[in-house]
Amino acid sequence: MSSANDIVRLESISKSFGGHGVVHNLDLCIKDGEFVTLLGPSGCGKTTLLRIIAGLETQDYGRVFIGGKDVSIIPPNKREVNTVFQSYALFPHMTVYDNVAFGLKMSKVPKDEIKERVKEALDTVMLGNFADRMPQNLSGGQQQRVAIARAIVKRPKVLLLDEPLSALDFKLRKQMQTELKHIQRKLGITFVFVTHDQEEALSMSDRVVVMNEGVIQQDGSPKEVYENPKNMFVAKFVGEINVLQAVIEKTINGKLRANVEGRQCRLTKKHTYVEGDSVKLLLRPEDIRLEHIKDADSDYPLQGIIEETTYKGATLDSIVRLDSGTVIMASEFFDEDDPEFEYKTGEKVAVKWVDGWEVLLPDD
Amino acid sequence: MTEKNRFKTFSITLISVWLILLVLVPTLMVLAVSLMTSNTPGEISPVFTLNNYKAIRDPLFLQVLADSFEMAFVTTALCLLIGYPFAYNLSKYRGKFKSLLLVLIIIPFWTSSLIRTYAIIIIIKTNGVLNGALMALGIIDEPLRLMYTETAVLVGMVYSLLPFMILPLYAVLEKLDGKLIEAAKDLGAGRMRTFWHVVLPLSMPGVIAGSMLVFLPTLCLFYISDVLGGAKSLLIGNFIRNQFLLTRNWPMGAAASMILTVIMFVIIYIYYRSTKKTGGEAI
Repeated sequence: MSSANDIVRLESISKSFGGHGVVHNLDLCIKDGEFVTLLGPSGCGKTTLLRIIAGLETQDYGRVFIGGKDVSIIPPNKREVNTVFQSYALFPHMTVYDNVAFGLKMSKVPKDEIKERVKEALDTVMLGNFADRMPQNLSGGQQQRVAIARAIVKRPKVLLLDEPLSALDFKLRKQMQTELKHIQRKLGITFVFVTHDQEEALSMSDRVVVMNEGVIQQDGSPKEVYENPKNMFVAKFVGEINVLQAVIEKTINGKLRANVEGRQCRLTKKHTYVEGDSVKLLLRPEDIRLEHIKDADSDYPLQGIIEETTYKGATLDSIVRLDSGTVIMASEFFDEDDPEFEYKTGEKVAVKWVDGWEVLLPDD
Repeated sequence: MTEKNRFKTFSITLISVWLILLVLVPTLMVLAVSLMTSNTPGEISPVFTLNNYKAIRDPLFLQVLADSFEMAFVTTALCLLIGYPFAYNLSKYRGKFKSLLLVLIIIPFWTSSLIRTYAIIIIIKTNGVLNGALMALGIIDEPLRLMYTETAVLVGMVYSLLPFMILPLYAVLEKLDGKLIEAAKDLGAGRMRTFWHVVLPLSMPGVIAGSMLVFLPTLCLFYISDVLGGAKSLLIGNFIRNQFLLTRNWPMGAAASMILTVIMFVIIYIYYRSTKKTGGEAI
């Protein structure tokens, strides 16, 4: 996995607090210029991992490399990384200018150059006119920008972001997500971004590292993580998902015939399961298609009864109870050609999905 | 008028009356006495004069004033040097003895400070605990003469006033956001520069409050220099006490008191202005 252009390399990192393991024997390589997100529920070790890269936390075991150099025991002030803290941690006794200039002053950059680079950094985050303000006189969004400016002004090899957007309201968060991506592309700095918000992770990252209980559950592109979750944790944590019980009955050239929730279904995607395997069949709500049943005795594989429909603007979300009793959710886009696109509560519908979009995981 | 408002009015009135009767009125009385004449010791005749204030220009009195300020300054500096590291480490300490350590600072308040000052004598007198120990260890051959020196007074002052420095410093440092220290380190500041650029500026309200609480009492604590310094060290507090009780020149003592009061008001005003500017709300 490791290669010459790895900017960060973590080797068998372990960390525990007061006997409680937080990170377990974890390996991770991050390429230069990547936007990597560490995604997981609170307490999964993602923030600890970020702090270990920053040097704010020392690992119990394992080694940390930044830019090919072993920095395992190097203090944070001598590592070429900078952090955007969740609480921003702006110095309250300094102006915006002095906050941003702080890192450069510590590196003894000449005064003229500091001036130039601070201005540039503040322009990057669109706070050019705020240099003389005190942090406490800025809005949350503006403080956030100062924190970013302060961290990028030193042109670190890696920028570490610890849930930087979690304190912002929804609209501002969306806006900052886009801006952060622009900043990252413009500067070409590697970003390691920590979040528990899966949507944020998917929309911003080149690569998503899903963590739980101190272990990496899956490491891949947002598309891989969403469409091909490697295990039940990833499937359930990243986005909504319906879980159906299935048993493989027949395999023909890797294609399967399975008993799904008591009904015969053909699965067109290639799988390596063999006859008799008990599996979980996973379906994203937006991959499910519901159909009105016209002939009472027609032979649809899966059928169910509409329990509830919710109008969501762009989509119509329906909760369907299958004949087997399992409840699933379908999320369908409105069809412009069909103005009467709706279901009545209690109506019997057929449940289908796009061929091959199902995910099978071993049942354990 | 609601129940809450009535309580508010009641408590504010009570405090106001208390302060007027026990602070404002006596101060005004001292002011009045300082403007009167004393012909024979112990007697005051209500004849207006400014002579008591003019007598202050006496080089002897100015020397006492200068000595007092020097003593107050050195005491404050020592308390700060000893108290700051203690308060800083206490605020960072996360162990189970934290409250015990805090209690240890407060325990001395349970005993009269006069008694505690006498206790110091037992330690530092010529055949006292300290000399005994040093001689037994063979560090010194003959006892150190500590009693009735300025050093003895300084030790007494620092000992008595140290908690007043530690507590406000602790209060400010305890509230200091640890993330700011992490941010400073993250941005390339080592321990010293993190302290100098972040911790110290942010703890200034505590430094100023603690210094006030040490500096001002040092000017007035006459019994410490009495007990430990003997007749040799005369501070402004002793001077005032002597005017009232020994020389029995009340107007002169009152004038010296008024001057001390004015000086303190000026210092408190400067403190007030400085905290307003830094936006700190120490204690």
